[in-house]
Amino acid sequence: MSKTFEPEIVAFCCRYCAYAAADLAGSMRLEYPASIKVVELPCSGKLDVLYVLRAFEDGADGVMVAG
Amino acid sequence: MSNSGNGKSSANKALTGAVMVVGGGIAGMQASLDLANQGFQVYLVEAQSAIGGKMAQLDKTFPTNDCAMCTISPKLVETGRHPNIQVLTNSEVLDVSGQAGNFSVRVSRKPRYVDPSKCVACGDCAAVCPVIIPDHFNEGLSTRGAIFKLYPQAVPNAYAIEKRGIAPCRDACPAGQRAQGYIALIRKGRWADALRVIKMDNPFPGICGRICNHRCESACNRGQVDEPINIRALKRFVTDKVYAEPRQPPEPAVVKFKQRVAIIGAGPCGLTAAKDLALAGYAVTVFEAMPVAGGMLRLGVPEYRLPTAIIEREVQDIIDLGIDLRLNHRIDDLGRLFDEGFDSVLIAVGAHEGIRLPIPGANLEGVLVNTHFLRDVRLGKYTNGQLEDEALGKRVLVLGGGNVAIDCARSAVRLGREVQLACLETRAEMPAHPWEVEAAEAEGVILHPGRTFERILGDAAGQVQGVACMRAASFSFDERGRLHVEKTPDSEHVIDCDTVIFSVGQRAGLAFIPEDANVGLTEKQTIAINPNTLATSRPGVFAAGDCISGTAFVIEAVDRGHSAAQSILRYLQGEAMEPPAKPELPVVHLSAQEIEERIENGEIKRQPRVPMPELPVERRIDNFMEVEGGYDDESAQEEAARCLACGVCSECMSCVFACGRDAINHDEAGKIESIPVGAVILAPGYQIYNAHLSQEFGLGRFPNVVTSLEYERMLSASGPTGGHVQRISDQGRPRRIAFLQCVGSRDQSHDYCSSVCCMYAAKEAIMTIEHARAETRDGKGDGDVSCEVFFMDTRAFSKGYEEYYRRAESKYGVKYTRCRLSDIKENPQNNNLIVRYASPYQGQAGLVEAEFDLVVLSVGMEISESVKNLGSRLGVELDDYGFCHTTLFDPLQTSRPGIFAAGPFREPKDIPETVMEASGAAAGAAKLLAPARYTLAIEQEYPPERRVEEEPRIGVFVCHCGSNIGGYLDVPGVAEYAAALPGVVHAEDNLYTCSQDTIAHIIEQVKSLDLNRVVVASCTPMTHEPLFQDALRQAGLNPYLFEMANIRNQCSWVHSSDWDKATEKARVLVRMAASRAARLQPLHTSVVAVEPAALVLGGGAAGMTAALNLAGQGFQVHLVERESRLGGNLNLVRYFIPSVQINASEKIDGQGADVSPQAYLARLVAQVEAEPRILVHLNTELLETQGFKGNFSSTLRQKASTEGGQSHSYKVKHGVVLVATGGVEYKGQEYGYGQDPRIVTQLEFEALLADPQTTPDSMRSVVMIQCVGPAEKFCSRLCCTTALKNALKLKEMAPQTDVTILYRDIRTYGFKERLYTAARSAGVRFVHFEFERKPEVALERHAGSTPELSVRVWEPILGGELKLKPDLLVLSTPVVPPQGTRELASRLKLPVDMDGFFLEAHVKLRPVDFSAEGVFMAGMAHYPKFLDESIAQAQAAASRAANILSQKTMQTNARVAVVDPQKCVGCLTCVRICPYDVPRVSQEFIGAGSVLGAAYIEPAVCHGCGSCAAECPAQAIQLCHYTDVQTLTKVDAMFNLLEIAGERSAQ
Repeated sequence: MSKTFEPEIVAFCCRYCAYAAADLAGSMRLEYPASIKVVELPCSGKLDVLYVLRAFEDGADGVMVAG
Repeated sequence: MSNSGNGKSSANKALTGAVMVVGGGIAGMQASLDLANQGFQVYLVEAQSAIGGKMAQLDKTFPTNDCAMCTISPKLVETGRHPNIQVLTNSEVLDVSGQAGNFSVRVSRKPRYVDPSKCVACGDCAAVCPVIIPDHFNEGLSTRGAIFKLYPQAVPNAYAIEKRGIAPCRDACPAGQRAQGYIALIRKGRWADALRVIKMDNPFPGICGRICNHRCESACNRGQVDEPINIRALKRFVTDKVYAEPRQPPEPAVVKFKQRVAIIGAGPCGLTAAKDLALAGYAVTVFEAMPVAGGMLRLGVPEYRLPTAIIEREVQDIIDLGIDLRLNHRIDDLGRLFDEGFDSVLIAVGAHEGIRLPIPGANLEGVLVNTHFLRDVRLGKYTNGQLEDEALGKRVLVLGGGNVAIDCARSAVRLGREVQLACLETRAEMPAHPWEVEAAEAEGVILHPGRTFERILGDAAGQVQGVACMRAASFSFDERGRLHVEKTPDSEHVIDCDTVIFSVGQRAGLAFIPEDANVGLTEKQTIAINPNTLATSRPGVFAAGDCISGTAFVIEAVDRGHSAAQSILRYLQGEAMEPPAKPELPVVHLSAQEIEERIENGEIKRQPRVPMPELPVERRIDNFMEVEGGYDDESAQEEAARCLACGVCSECMSCVFACGRDAINHDEAGKIESIPVGAVILAPGYQIYNAHLSQEFGLGRFPNVVTSLEYERMLSASGPTGGHVQRISDQGRPRRIAFLQCVGSRDQSHDYCSSVCCMYAAKEAIMTIEHARAETRDGKGDGDVSCEVFFMDTRAFSKGYEEYYRRAESKYGVKYTRCRLSDIKENPQNNNLIVRYASPYQGQAGLVEAEFDLVVLSVGMEISESVKNLGSRLGVELDDYGFCHTTLFDPLQTSRPGIFAAGPFREPKDIPETVMEASGAAAGAAKLLAPARYTLAIEQEYPPERRVEEEPRIGVFVCHCGSNIGGYLDVPGVAEYAAALPGVVHAEDNLYTCSQDTIAHIIEQVKSLDLNRVVVASCTPMTHEPLFQDALRQAGLNPYLFEMANIRNQCSWVHSSDWDKATEKARVLVRMAASRAARLQPLHTSVVAVEPAALVLGGGAAGMTAALNLAGQGFQVHLVERESRLGGNLNLVRYFIPSVQINASEKIDGQGADVSPQAYLARLVAQVEAEPRILVHLNTELLETQGFKGNFSSTLRQKASTEGGQSHSYKVKHGVVLVATGGVEYKGQEYGYGQDPRIVTQLEFEALLADPQTTPDSMRSVVMIQCVGPAEKFCSRLCCTTALKNALKLKEMAPQTDVTILYRDIRTYGFKERLYTAARSAGVRFVHFEFERKPEVALERHAGSTPELSVRVWEPILGGELKLKPDLLVLSTPVVPPQGTRELASRLKLPVDMDGFFLEAHVKLRPVDFSAEGVFMAGMAHYPKFLDESIAQAQAAASRAANILSQKTMQTNARVAVVDPQKCVGCLTCVRICPYDVPRVSQEFIGAGSVLGAAYIEPAVCHGCGSCAAECPAQAIQLCHYTDVQTLTKVDAMFNLLEIAGERSAQ
């Protein structure tokens, strides 16, 4: 088992900016840890505080909201 | 009546419902989208391989600091996939014929070499491209390959190949060797790939690497720099390198056809043809008379030049393809080959018969011929030094001066003989290569040039003793090829020898062709052939090589072999024999000028050939070892790096091998298409000024001087430096940066202002400081950076610009120094840049010297040569700079009817004006073509949608994307994993899921497996979701039953170094997608009818223009004016800006010279009144508006027409609202206004000027003060130009009048700069002031007389105070929103900005739209602007409105928020939170607890952002397609809590 702690991070991303930016990171082949996973939202305004709480409840170590 | 006002001339002929838009920048995209949405077919022509234009190169946009790419990206995508926009990239308009309404445009469509419909933009091709050239998109700050995607977000999202032409090396080579290609691969150390490239054109690389005469090198452009590339040595190097590895025999070729081919002669020509024919699928038999294969290579070229091992290897590589080689098999009778069942025969017997001159003694013992001698040497007949060999005496004399003669001589040297060589030619004219002759001499061969051979002397035994020669004075050949020699009299002498070798030519032995073989011979005893097809007179028999041409070089034999094979293939396949004409690319010959420029730019560095080791003479004369050594790896790569990559693409085919989609076709040919359209819009954009021409600023000479566009690329996070500003000289971080304004603007060669540079410099300075601050926050820097801008006037003249500029100064500490720098010097120690300047405006005395780490040149706008050429080809009038000439009253119409212009092509301008003009030009085209709407635009049809009520049956399709996903994670494993997920009934993996065949397969699977949800795990939904949704619709499923898992951009591409983790993440992403898919519901849109009428508020120039355009397009217009007459501000304008100083003369209807504003207004009003579709509502105000886009209902109130009469209110229905309520001149108390009649505003002054009663005496001295009152906070844009206009008018009326203008910055942007120049030359004085030290106006009252008017102002250049006593003080007061604007704004629920002007949806890209849909604005309601700008914006607003009005019905958005009234408590949270003002609480609904009143969200206007759903405290609102359940299940699935998810979601 790996000793280094790799946090599980849920990233809530606005479809039009942050999600597109994550796509661009791919086009540019920028490496980042695989433990970050993106959930697309139609707008960061759609983020309900419940989503953040649910992510932590489910076991996330961190939540990122980008938009 | 359906025809528009402009349609009169074309009423009889149907109009073409298509428009061509030229230029794929922001203007072109906007115009295309408007027209396509209005039912026209659009052809968008772009010269580059992707649309996006200059804006795509920018980092941020001012004044909001939005990311430029983020803001245009949605427009790029929308343009790229609009069904009615055809994007024609790599294309150029050649000419336009026909007339407005019915043009035919010829478009040159240059090849892209990559099929965008197949390309998946994976980049596998670019990864293997060996070419390295500057990346122009990054302004040369980085490099790219010849195959490239213009920029990461490019649309079309596909690669393209840049070919400049054929490299001269390839052109010079008879076999067309792609020398540039293998050189580039050698540079990269890719030896095997390099050899593959060589072998595609030439099966004998090792051989040619040694003995080729390398014409490629003579043609090499590098020769103009220093020395040609040593191409031959590189070829040899790479062959040696690969051949040193264990040989891998090639796979035998598969025989696909029954027909058989016989080839006579196993030389280079015959074997080349054999290889081509075998690879094409034919059985080939090669007959060779000799015991070895290789022909002259093996038997005619000495071993020391060409080792046997190389020949044997390269021959074997061909034979191993499955060729039947029959050695020692002389063909005696051609005809018998056909009897033996061969279908075609190639004669390639070479020229092995040496020639003896018919002189006495030619047949003596000891007289040999070259071919036989060399062959005998090669076959080991002679032994070194064994003089007892009867056939070869001690002293050998070779007769002849060609390369073969030298071969004979040098071979004889190696056999230990004394060797002499005699030839007819002089030493200098010897046909052998000079280096060969030199090598022979160095090895001891004695030359006797300039001799005739009279007779060969023999002894009694018939053994040779010598050759009697004479000296030849001169010689020539006659027309029939016969030799005539003038001999020197009495010069006969004898050269002693034991052996004579004739080397005076050779010919083919054709004895095997009997007379009855039907194969014709020529006079010279060669086979007669058709030179194009190599066919002989007997069908099926072909001949090629030395037997046709006489001795030639091996590379020619190779070429002929290829040609022969091609002919035979055509013959066997029954095709026309003549080879098809191939479109030829131009040969790239670099001009001396270009080479000089590239050397200056540092692109080429002078460096001679890398020398190659050679065997010393003393070690080579007694053996047959190779004389030339070879390069080692390092020197080969160094030599290869000298290549100039002339053709750009080298056609090395690496990309073709790498492409998994078969998308690349190097043979694609360009074509010219004629496209019928009704109108043309020109939006070709600008180019930046080439600042290399301003040598004083050092661009190109000093590495740390960059252009602003280079700087933009550096600032861009996706740019070449990843967003880090760097010095070019040492990649260090610059701490002191200078920005130089007006480089290529406002100078000797540009009399205009480029309008944008001041603002972008402010932006670049702000961003630089922002970056430094961010680095400090991250602990990566110390934040130490300073920016200084050297400028003349800051032109911050648009909405929010003045504030932005002030912020740069006050919040970011950008230093603004008012001066014009004359030059820049470099500190050679550290490459820093030194400037010297004086700036009295800052209160500094004397010269200041400052040193900077980096200097940014704010380069201006120009029109490129190609655009100028386009303009003249199309016959539109351009000015001297190439800008398109248009008129004040019709600013978007070019001089040719039906052709419109938009953007900087008309005049330098910023993005918002460009976007306005694009829409305005679209309105012009739409008005012209309105009757042809929907005649050419297409609509897709789908099968009926099936109902989905059963349990989820999900199909999962996992994409390999070639190796883009499959290469980094376990795709089949992910598919297998997906198959076991809940609800999934089918999962599979596909090589390319987006390919046409897979799409068809998905449709089939949905039908046959009864799938009701589809998940695709591949790339990004941003580009591919619509494609797959369309597939679902074709399969009869609702498109919302689709979900994507982004396992490429957000998985394989970013976790490429960890297979296991990438695989695991892909599984998770697919699990998340499948769990959401199970909860997706079909969504439906509703259809709403559109009311085809517009409500235009404001009857000024903007309102009337918009009304006329919309009416001309066939829509009803209600034009509402508060006042009793139309015209608005235009009623107050007396003079236009003197047009001669701005443009050519303005005309109305093509007649008359300058037109007065009142004449223009009268005409406009008459047009409005004559238009039956416009209903003018004078004295009328808007009371209330209800409804939504497409369906508004407004209440208007008309004031009583008579005193005391009744006003009356009524309703009108309309689909759109246009706000064009204008602005008014500010009148406040500043500078004593209102206290004295001699203090007036500019409009009042204009009225005075126009008043015939006014005498010049009353205004012998006039002072104007700029930036009055509110204009201290925002720039009113017009005032500087208006002040200059009136000052010039006064100067024209009374030249002796003193006019002094007190100003902060003179903001005469664009061509208005000419007015500033004219005012200065007319003697108008300018005095600068700052707000900290404003002018002071005083009225000193003396008893009994008029008070004395005085203005005191600090004069910075004189350094003292001026006291002026004008007759008249004119205040340049700004335009401000008219009274009632805020009230109107609240009635329409529209936002206004801090200064009270209406606020657009997006300051850059949606300058006429409100964020509320269906409502638009134009004219001074938006911001102060000039008449032509108002007209353009009014046309733009009409175009945006027509996007709605041209639809019969509108589909509502399906992804909208829905209220469950039973949960709603009517708390108004949603009403407050909605950025678009959509939700309202209505009494029509019963809320929670049966209380009256609940929220309602009109689906027709909901934008679907979901903010209300997130904020609703009662969770009464759900956003369709993004319900809480649908999103939360993804979160749960991420943590593999699927089972629980079901329970919890049910809560």
